[in-house]
Amino acid sequence: MTSRFDPHVILDSLGYLFLEGMAFTLMLTILSGIGGIALGTLLALARLSRRPLLRVGAGAYVNLMRALPLVLVIFWFYFLVPYAAAWLIGASRPVSVGSLTAALITFVLFEAAYFAEIVRAGIQSVPREQVMAGQALGLKARQVTAHIVLPQAFRNVLPLLLTQTIVLFQDTSLVYIVSMTDFLGAAAKIGQRDGRLVEMYLFVAVVYFLISLLASHAVRRLAGRTGAPA
Amino acid sequence: MTYQWHWSVFLERSPEENGTYLDTLLLGLQTTLATAAAAWILALALGSLVGILGTLPSKSARVLTAAYVELFRNVPLLVQLFLWYFVLPEMLPFAVGSWLKQLPDASFVTAVIGIGFFMSARVAEGVRAGIEALPAGQRLAGAALGLTTAQVYRHVLLPQAFRLTLPPLTSELLNTIKNTSVALAIGLAEVMARARAMQEFSFQVFEAFTAATLIYLAINLVVTLLMRALERRVAMPGSGSGPP
Amino acid sequence: MLRGLGAVVVAASLCGPAAAAEPTGTLKKIKETATIVLGVRDSSVPFSYLGPNQQPVGYTIDICLQIADAIKRELGLKSLAVTMTSITPATRIPLMANGTVDLDCGSTTNNAERQRQVAFTNTHFLATSRILAKTAANVASLDDLKGKPVVSTAGTTNIRQLHEINAARSLGLRILAARDHGEAFLMLETDRAAAFVMDDILLSSLVATAKDPSAYALSEEALSMPEPYGIMFRRNDEPFKRVVDKATADLFGSPDIQAIYDRWFTQPIPPRGIVLNVPMAPALRRAFAHPTDSPDPASYFN
Repeated sequence: MTSRFDPHVILDSLGYLFLEGMAFTLMLTILSGIGGIALGTLLALARLSRRPLLRVGAGAYVNLMRALPLVLVIFWFYFLVPYAAAWLIGASRPVSVGSLTAALITFVLFEAAYFAEIVRAGIQSVPREQVMAGQALGLKARQVTAHIVLPQAFRNVLPLLLTQTIVLFQDTSLVYIVSMTDFLGAAAKIGQRDGRLVEMYLFVAVVYFLISLLASHAVRRLAGRTGAPA
Repeated sequence: MTYQWHWSVFLERSPEENGTYLDTLLLGLQTTLATAAAAWILALALGSLVGILGTLPSKSARVLTAAYVELFRNVPLLVQLFLWYFVLPEMLPFAVGSWLKQLPDASFVTAVIGIGFFMSARVAEGVRAGIEALPAGQRLAGAALGLTTAQVYRHVLLPQAFRLTLPPLTSELLNTIKNTSVALAIGLAEVMARARAMQEFSFQVFEAFTAATLIYLAINLVVTLLMRALERRVAMPGSGSGPP
Repeated sequence: MLRGLGAVVVAASLCGPAAAAEPTGTLKKIKETATIVLGVRDSSVPFSYLGPNQQPVGYTIDICLQIADAIKRELGLKSLAVTMTSITPATRIPLMANGTVDLDCGSTTNNAERQRQVAFTNTHFLATSRILAKTAANVASLDDLKGKPVVSTAGTTNIRQLHEINAARSLGLRILAARDHGEAFLMLETDRAAAFVMDDILLSSLVATAKDPSAYALSEEALSMPEPYGIMFRRNDEPFKRVVDKATADLFGSPDIQAIYDRWFTQPIPPRGIVLNVPMAPALRRAFAHPTDSPDPASYFN
């Protein structure tokens, strides 16, 4: 019924697939990886804080995000962010944000919860003696955290953070559901228009597979060198 | 440009089924739970098998296991579901493909298979890690007692490994439930799809998503409590895996 | 939070008409950002779909570009950037309400229920909901599909009507909701669904651009009256509505509309030069002669 496999449909659209689709996917992955780790670190510090309000607040946020499916969170934020932005800056009407911005905010807020748990484990893996030694040197609590605890914590969990970023790379494909043009979205649009979905979906799967496989091998090699868990 | 909250919308009649929007959400909950349960059984069965294979002395078994895990772990779930749903039937002989496509609950079956295989790779990693975490002496002691490899696994390694793996398995179970939402893309009428439909028909976007959020939070809470209770019941005294 | 915001918006729009010199609402937003955001579709052929090089093109987009020109003149802007955001039937109304898109340039049915959420400008097409199935399946009416899977697109009036007919006639159809028309058509093409219920013009265009057009047959049975399509924008924004309504009325009253119409419905369309061959219907010609945003299908036929 379906005519035989036609590689031309892929070759003809490589430019669009990679320059638009994959560029969006990678941009979203890298920016929300950076943003997610930054926010995740703040959340981890808050969860380990001595102030109960911070501790409980951060804990509730992390548990809430981890309890919800990403699909739901994407829908929530795609529709909610403009209202929230207007409220934040005191504008009188919803602020129009582009697809990339809306997706970026969504993924930073969502993935931060997962990054936070990794960073927290990293912080807890730093021996207490290190903290005491810092205090003995007369460093302030903030200095101990910034110069002694966090650098070691990050080194210990770097491979886990990178592995989570590979998961994030795959997770970004879910923006297809709200019709953004990521790598999967670009391929689906061409495949649906030309009736060539078999070729397109197979190609998409192979590309995701190769990138994730190579990336996770690189992470494992890194983990092997530093002796941290992967 | 403003958003009007309208909470009584849940009691309005839904065009989807003979009932209110609340009824359709609860139908969605049933589908979510049924899909997750079936996918989880598949994931546990396949994952345990593959995970155990990965700890056998045979090198080819280990390579096969690694390949299986890499395959299912390195392609996004949504893409895997599309492969099962749109691509696989076209690759099969015509008669088989047509039979597959005309199954009465094709979305459900595809979701169970797709999510089941996807999660099985994660379960396999957990089970393998659990077995490898046991002291090597356990395996040797079993062998010294004259047990066969199968008996060592059945009576010595697996009972301990599964207890060790219970906490990570709980989080994989929760992931399985959350992942059923991805199947809305292949037409499965689970909670998220029902909330989306409610949003489209009633225009009350945020009420619909609030309801879905509360449903997922409730599922999460119940499953977590049940699994904690299970962990306490099967904890090995002195193994360090149970509560102090 | 949202409620508080609403109060401010209402206050702002109340003093809008009085201060005609300073634009309010969407016009103000467009003036401040020198940008208008059009919501466009992947597969609403020939209204709004991906043409050569995956650029959105189509009949509704051409009309929207004329509206954008009129807005630019009205606001006295030197330049107006036109951005296009991809939407689906399920996302178009929330994205309109939350300010992400300013004009919905697709194939949106204008009905009374939607007019309580959003506003429409003058009708630019009339379409009837019908059933598309494989020719071999011999489907003349929904009764031939009892117990079978039938797909429609999530967020459309068609899927809603389908649910209602399914319940009223106890057909036991298994209704699948696809993300957009392209995905729904794919479900029919791959036999995941026995039929696809949608507006006739969209169905016949999908068929015309399919690999094997002769494999599909459109039903005689109509599931609705011919319903108006309109370009959608935010509600309670009178100044914006005036500008958009005037722009479309001017266009529909000029010979240009016939040229635009023919370009998409009777001449070869991109990307593969297929001709849809759908001449302008008398009812649509009347709607152009007397532009209206009426959501009532009957008003177009007397």
